[in-house]
Amino acid sequence: MKKIMTGNEAIARGAYEAGCEVAAAYPGTPSTEILENIAEYKQIYSQWSVNEKVAVEVAGGASIAGARALAAMKHVGLNVAADPLFTLAYTGVNGGMVVVTADDPGLHSSQNEQDNRYYAMHAKVAMLEPSDSQECLDYTKAAFEMSEKYDMPVLLRVTTRICHSKSVVNIGTRQDVGVKEYKKDVKKYCMIPAFGKIRHHIVEEKLAQLRDYADETPLNRIEWGSRKIGIITSGISYQHAREVMGNDASYLKIGLSFPLPERLIREFAEGVETLYIIEENEPYLETYVKSLGLNCIGKDIFPICGELNPEIIEKALKPEKSRTVYALDIPIPTRPPVLCAGCPHRGIFYALKKYKDVVVTGDIGCYSLSVMPPLDVTNTVICMGAGISAGIGFEKAFQQAGKNQKVFGCMGDSTFFHSGITGLVDAVYNKSKLAIIILDNRITAMTGHQQNPGTGKTLSGEAAPIIDIQQIAKAVGVKDENIKVVDPYNLLETQEALQKAYEATEPFVIIAKRSCALLKEVQKNRANLKCSIDTDKCTQCKMCLKIGCPAIAFKDGIMVIDQASCNGCTLCMQVCRFDAIERTGE
Amino acid sequence: MTKSLILVGVGGQGTILTSKILAEGLLQLGFDVKMSEIHGMAQRGGSVNTQIRFGEKVYSPIISSGEADVLLSFEKIEAIRYLNYLKPDGTLIVNDYEIYSLPVLTGNEKYPKQALEMLKSTVPNTVVIKASEIANNIGNIKVQNMVLLGAAVKRLGLLDLDWISIIKDYLPERFHELNIKAFNAGINEA
Ligand SMILES: Cc1ncc(C[n+]2csc(CCOP(=O)(O)OP(=O)(O)O)c2C)c(N)n1
Ligand code: SF4
Ligand code: SF4
Repeated sequence: MKKIMTGNEAIARGAYEAGCEVAAAYPGTPSTEILENIAEYKQIYSQWSVNEKVAVEVAGGASIAGARALAAMKHVGLNVAADPLFTLAYTGVNGGMVVVTADDPGLHSSQNEQDNRYYAMHAKVAMLEPSDSQECLDYTKAAFEMSEKYDMPVLLRVTTRICHSKSVVNIGTRQDVGVKEYKKDVKKYCMIPAFGKIRHHIVEEKLAQLRDYADETPLNRIEWGSRKIGIITSGISYQHAREVMGNDASYLKIGLSFPLPERLIREFAEGVETLYIIEENEPYLETYVKSLGLNCIGKDIFPICGELNPEIIEKALKPEKSRTVYALDIPIPTRPPVLCAGCPHRGIFYALKKYKDVVVTGDIGCYSLSVMPPLDVTNTVICMGAGISAGIGFEKAFQQAGKNQKVFGCMGDSTFFHSGITGLVDAVYNKSKLAIIILDNRITAMTGHQQNPGTGKTLSGEAAPIIDIQQIAKAVGVKDENIKVVDPYNLLETQEALQKAYEATEPFVIIAKRSCALLKEVQKNRANLKCSIDTDKCTQCKMCLKIGCPAIAFKDGIMVIDQASCNGCTLCMQVCRFDAIERTGE
Repeated sequence: MTKSLILVGVGGQGTILTSKILAEGLLQLGFDVKMSEIHGMAQRGGSVNTQIRFGEKVYSPIISSGEADVLLSFEKIEAIRYLNYLKPDGTLIVNDYEIYSLPVLTGNEKYPKQALEMLKSTVPNTVVIKASEIANNIGNIKVQNMVLLGAAVKRLGLLDLDWISIIKDYLPERFHELNIKAFNAGINEA
């Protein structure tokens, strides 16, 4: 049957058809929908793990126990999960194991643009790279087979344009492989040095076999066209290249990105006049081709930074072609993303802005938007978890410099469970004076509202124990008087807690607890709550514009609140000094 | 020949759902179809675009500048922002609707006045649809996307398909009536 699917839907389908039994992930754009779609297949046990390392370990354990297992994550997630991956490469698998890494060239929604093809080489595991949704399905199945055949986890590398592009897919049926028998085998699965040493040799042997396979597998294929130009490419770059060059070039399309097919590359290079390498980001293929002593053109003419697209390739390979385009040469306003109307994060950052002498170490989530004006209060955004740990570093450095400057470390609930708890323990253990703010909006919002250990629901929507952040803070030794749970919609309460934290000389934890304004039940409960501005009382002081709520506008000479988007959070009402804003719909 | 459509608007306006329905329809019409959507940060009120390419065999899902046969814009300024994608003889379908971005709301940037007039004088094939107004009259501004879908399908000459049943497949039953009304209104308007 033919269906139109995104790459992520097709990977989920591929896992289902391959008989995958266990799947785990931590959300992250552009990978999130893989697990959300796998969860629709009830034959597969699936879960949100607290972070990517846990997800890979869950999948690794399931694989050793005999199940076909999958873990999925965004590119930076693999940094977190690198530890288990590198050693699972040694233990190998029992049931097939596939790890999906979804890279984000162009940084559509990421903090960096790292190229995870290098991870395959570094971890010494095979990597497959599909270039459309059909291949997402086929390669996922192939990856499970290959994992069992070569006894190693296999990386499936996709990028944003693969994950979030739809194309036509032929779907099949589920292969019932079941869960294989598990036999205790300490020499294979207990990587103490004595056994690890032996396994390393086995890893090298398997890679040698894989290198031979690379030259024969149909995953790598030559498509002959004009032999004037030869193009070695993979993933979405293959599609862009074909689009531009059609039959005016020949292609070596790489599907198995590690290990690379030496013989095939040599054969292809010999058959063409000029060899080009078209790949996004790093010169991964190019470096290999050059290491074979072959001449080729790659990053000399194609950029390292950003995504590729047909136009960039056309400009480089067909510079004579020109395009006529419309242009309307007037300045138009920018449209950066903003915290939603009624976002619970707004109150905390507005209150924090009053402190001119503090440093705020931020983290990754919707609240990263606090970097933008008018809030503009965050000093650093690095990676998940650094909101607390980098804050400790700041505070210690200030101490070394003899400065008594207060540091606030912020992160969301999902990020706290992901990698904030360790930072909190570190803060208590090392007697940091850091003030920690957990922005507990009861969901993983940034990536599209996934459940987490604090929300009381699992990936499949079942009820789950709620893990209480306040109890965790207490348990690791933050004193009762140094823990405050506040409602960020209540500005006074929030300000009081911040002042206490500001003055504290011990680790202090504020939990700002209020559900994300976009949650369905929140929207339902607050549907009638609206604030509006009494233009007679309004002096147009524009105080309310300073909170950066997109529902408030100065339009046609008056201040107005958009009734469709306002959710009556009352933050604007609380900052208005003239009582000009009131709320209705109670 | 591969044809290209680009849908642009503001996060939350329903561009992605509209693209999904269009892509499904094109598949049913027997085309090879590719569609690319970007979500993530852009959903928090940012500028969004989805791209659809269809024909006998489509490779890249990405549209180059000067290549889109149709630019379907859910908001006026977004039409200007993505205008360079439109083919010289392409059609611009634009919703007569303004959404102020935060820099405009806070007075740091200006929303240009005569946006529609300027678009019309630049692009000969400009179709202005009051989709938001029509949707409001039907009962919910949210169905502006279906009004625009109707208009686009008409302008693309793709009325030979049971779009209603696709719309039904993509939406919960309680929204069917409203959305179908909006879709038909869009066809009439174009
Ligand atoms: C290691 C890693 N995994 C995943 C992501 C993707 N990601 C960015 S923010 C975020 C979750 C944020 O959730 P939370 O901390 O609860 O904040 P919210 O968005 O709800 O405000 C995720 C999963 C990432 N940036 N890094
Ligand atoms: S999705 Fe939720 S947490 Fe994110 S900006 Fe909107 S209201 Fe805030
Ligand atoms: S109450 Fe005020 S701050 Fe809150 S959503 Fe409405 S307009 Fe925005």
